[in-house]
Amino acid sequence: MSDGILSLTVNGDTTQLVLSSSRTLLEVLREDLALTGTKHGCELGECGACTVLIDGIAVLSCLTLAVRAEGSEVTTVEGLASGAVLHPLQAAFAERGAAQCGYCTPGMLMAAKSLLDSEPDPSRDQVEQALAGNLCRCTGYIKILDAVSLAAERLR
Amino acid sequence: MTDHAVVGRPGPRVDATSQVTGHTEFAGDLTLPRMLVGGLLQSPQAHARILGIDTTAAQALPGVVAVITGVDLPIAYGILPVSQDEHALAVDKVRYVGEPVAAVAAVDEETAERALGLIAVEYEPLDVITGFDDALVTGTRIHGDDAGDNVHRRAALEFGDVELGFAAAHLVREDVYFYGGSNHAALEQHAAVATAGHDGKVTLRSSTQIPHYLHRTLEKVLEIPAGRIRVIAAPVGGGFGGKTDPFSHEIAAAKLAMVTGRPVKIVLSREQVFYAHRGRHPVLMWVKTGFDPDGRITAMHFRSFLDGGAYGSYGAASLLYTGALQTATYRIPNYKFEGVRVFTNKPPCGPKRGNGTPQPRFGLECQLDEAAADLGINPVAIRRRNLVTPYSMTVNHLRITSCGLAECLDRAVVASDFHAKHGALPDGKGIGLAVGSYLSGAGLPIYWNDMPQSEVEIKVDRGGGVTVLSMAADVGQGSTSVLATIVAEVLGLEPADLTMVTADTDLTPVDLGSYSSRVTFMAGNAAKAAAERIRDRVVSAAADELGLSADAVSCAGGRVGAGDDEEKSLSWVDAVRVAIIRDGPLLGSGSYRAPDLVGPYRGAGVGISPAYSYSVAVVQVDCDRDTGHVSVEKVWLAHDIGRALNPLLVEGQIEGSVYMGLGEALFEEQNFRGALHRGPSLLDYKLPTFLEMPPVESILVETIDPEGPFGAKEVGQGPLLPVIPAVANAIHDALGVRIAEVPISPDKVVAALRDVARGGGGRLGPVSVPEYDFGRLTRVDPPAEFQP
Repeated sequence: MSDGILSLTVNGDTTQLVLSSSRTLLEVLREDLALTGTKHGCELGECGACTVLIDGIAVLSCLTLAVRAEGSEVTTVEGLASGAVLHPLQAAFAERGAAQCGYCTPGMLMAAKSLLDSEPDPSRDQVEQALAGNLCRCTGYIKILDAVSLAAERLR
Repeated sequence: MTDHAVVGRPGPRVDATSQVTGHTEFAGDLTLPRMLVGGLLQSPQAHARILGIDTTAAQALPGVVAVITGVDLPIAYGILPVSQDEHALAVDKVRYVGEPVAAVAAVDEETAERALGLIAVEYEPLDVITGFDDALVTGTRIHGDDAGDNVHRRAALEFGDVELGFAAAHLVREDVYFYGGSNHAALEQHAAVATAGHDGKVTLRSSTQIPHYLHRTLEKVLEIPAGRIRVIAAPVGGGFGGKTDPFSHEIAAAKLAMVTGRPVKIVLSREQVFYAHRGRHPVLMWVKTGFDPDGRITAMHFRSFLDGGAYGSYGAASLLYTGALQTATYRIPNYKFEGVRVFTNKPPCGPKRGNGTPQPRFGLECQLDEAAADLGINPVAIRRRNLVTPYSMTVNHLRITSCGLAECLDRAVVASDFHAKHGALPDGKGIGLAVGSYLSGAGLPIYWNDMPQSEVEIKVDRGGGVTVLSMAADVGQGSTSVLATIVAEVLGLEPADLTMVTADTDLTPVDLGSYSSRVTFMAGNAAKAAAERIRDRVVSAAADELGLSADAVSCAGGRVGAGDDEEKSLSWVDAVRVAIIRDGPLLGSGSYRAPDLVGPYRGAGVGISPAYSYSVAVVQVDCDRDTGHVSVEKVWLAHDIGRALNPLLVEGQIEGSVYMGLGEALFEEQNFRGALHRGPSLLDYKLPTFLEMPPVESILVETIDPEGPFGAKEVGQGPLLPVIPAVANAIHDALGVRIAEVPISPDKVVAALRDVARGGGGRLGPVSVPEYDFGRLTRVDPPAEFQP
């Protein structure tokens, strides 16, 4: 694969990178930008752990080539808080015990943010549908649902 | 009702902010200067002799720094002293598809992958053993060169006299059940990063539940003193028992770091996680139980057949666990257990949440429902009539202390309105119930020694900062937060005030590991003891300073003194300074070792625990008669937790256990075509998503165990146990079919319904078990209370 120069905007910071066109957004975020908050659980698009936002839309960064994100605004879990102030989703996840091992949490947060940005008052069914592609093996999803509901309420 | 400030208060994990901001550093997140990427070559053969390995081309590839094979790591190891049968990289033979054969370290992942493709291995295929039928007869052996069977371990124990018990019975049932194997599928793939310094010190950071045992294994296989090895358990992205063995990638990473002098990272792919496995053993069970006319058990004979896969792992213990805890919930006056574990050419099975106990619990709880129907008794009554009593012995010499099983049963039945629903819901809907029990920590360490099972140290600095050191690894269960809760309670501080240093063999005193639900009970008791030493010193010094008697002084709300009176108390920081001035550095340690509970027979070390948790599950289902699809509408789970140190975390463990139990009951199976895994991916391995997960009503029953820290017992594993049979019992209530094996997939439900339509009994599952001689029977006298 040929190398090229890529300009990538992540969490508001634009960086010029020299990299192979075959590299995924997940690899570039974790390995080139040291944004290891975004996780991998399968690298085949099956688990949702690598979910980030491209222009506000939740995508699986393991299935997205980094070059696809050029000219777009990428948001990762590191970009969710405003300085030391947690995003309401983050605060709700912490308060309600929505993270146990915490490995699915970044992807879960990003998928939830995408949902709440487009649907501020989602039904339980809408939350379940929106997050069904994000697997969690610890929580049984129950406290995640609680946390998303709480955050939605606080955001409204 | 409680005079505790922190204990009993629902609160977030101490690391919650780190988790939700993406700052928690898992092993796979680490990058070190000059770090190499390691990879493992895996066997495509299920069973073959290795005739030769040619690594020349791989070594010659630019960017490859080292290639190692079995000859570089010749020493065998295994988690149990009785099963030292593994090599990090196969030596002479491979025993399952996916077994690591060679390892490379290269400048990047792509180069490492290419190098693996250049390693040429010449195999001589051998007969492949895949199930009980071929494993139990004489043939090619997986371990050992001579011809023979592939039995790993067997056991035969009798307590009391089951034949007398059956002769006295009004009803005797014999039933066969099968429990399919499953993978933990923790979301984090196993990862390890190793470094080797010029001083000869090897450091391994790994996603492990057992830094202490891994430390010991590295000492053995790397042949360097323990003092020259440091193991750090990174925060573990889900364990469930799947990171409780020493693994090939950990040892290979350490060896490659030693060979290259550079840091080496190995991250397993999801496919490799399914091969590394150590998941739930598939178990075939035959259960014969006698009942009196009222449903009281007169005798039970339980036989289990475990498919262990290619290596021992925890299997010798898993085998005994399939026979150990039947008696922990029901008074069984005469009990016989026979079991055998076989080797097969499949990824090794090991400990998954409940290690060896969910399978027999499934058989036992299904059979109780079947017996209740035969006797015309309801499922609640037959259980109630057999419950163990608190503070009693079981026939197999388990010591029961606190036991809230009766209250769990009452409250789950009331909350779910079980009696009004059972047998009365519309067609296709049903409700089922089951009970279970689990250890609050295995009573014995894995390797025999008289040292404490948990130690905790606390040091307090001149600014009042409290650092708690414990080797317990937080695997998501919240052990670090639980220890912080306990220490904070004793010292009158808040959990968030403490600095928790955990799971580092250089810095922290030994805890045996995060397995067998032992950390809250054992490390918790050690933390409490350590904190009490600190408290006693601070209280004594503060009392002198204030001119009070030490009896009148306590630690509360960040102050040390007599009640809220500022005049008669010191701030925590001032009290700490007074204590340091008086007696020097403020350090405290505490430890815990379980009482000696081992019964008078070989095998009695498995099943004993200082305390048992108890759970009752009620599951309500809605089944589709046409498709066989089972939808779970709601689960009620009552759990005897002893004391809920942090109810939010307790609920989380219950909900997660219910989730994992439903996955095993309905979807999850480590499935093979011959010896080949059918789908080692999260797409093919079906597990429940948000859409399959029902609401769960958690009911916490507190029995205040006399030996638990503040009365606490376990919750990480026990609540899973009754969920699986409760699903099967609910399906029976809904459709009148008995699915006697899990997972209960739609095809099985449809097949059972067709059997009913053809006039059959609607029972689906295995009908027999192999004929097998379990060896010499050990007869054990029951405890005195069972003597006639």
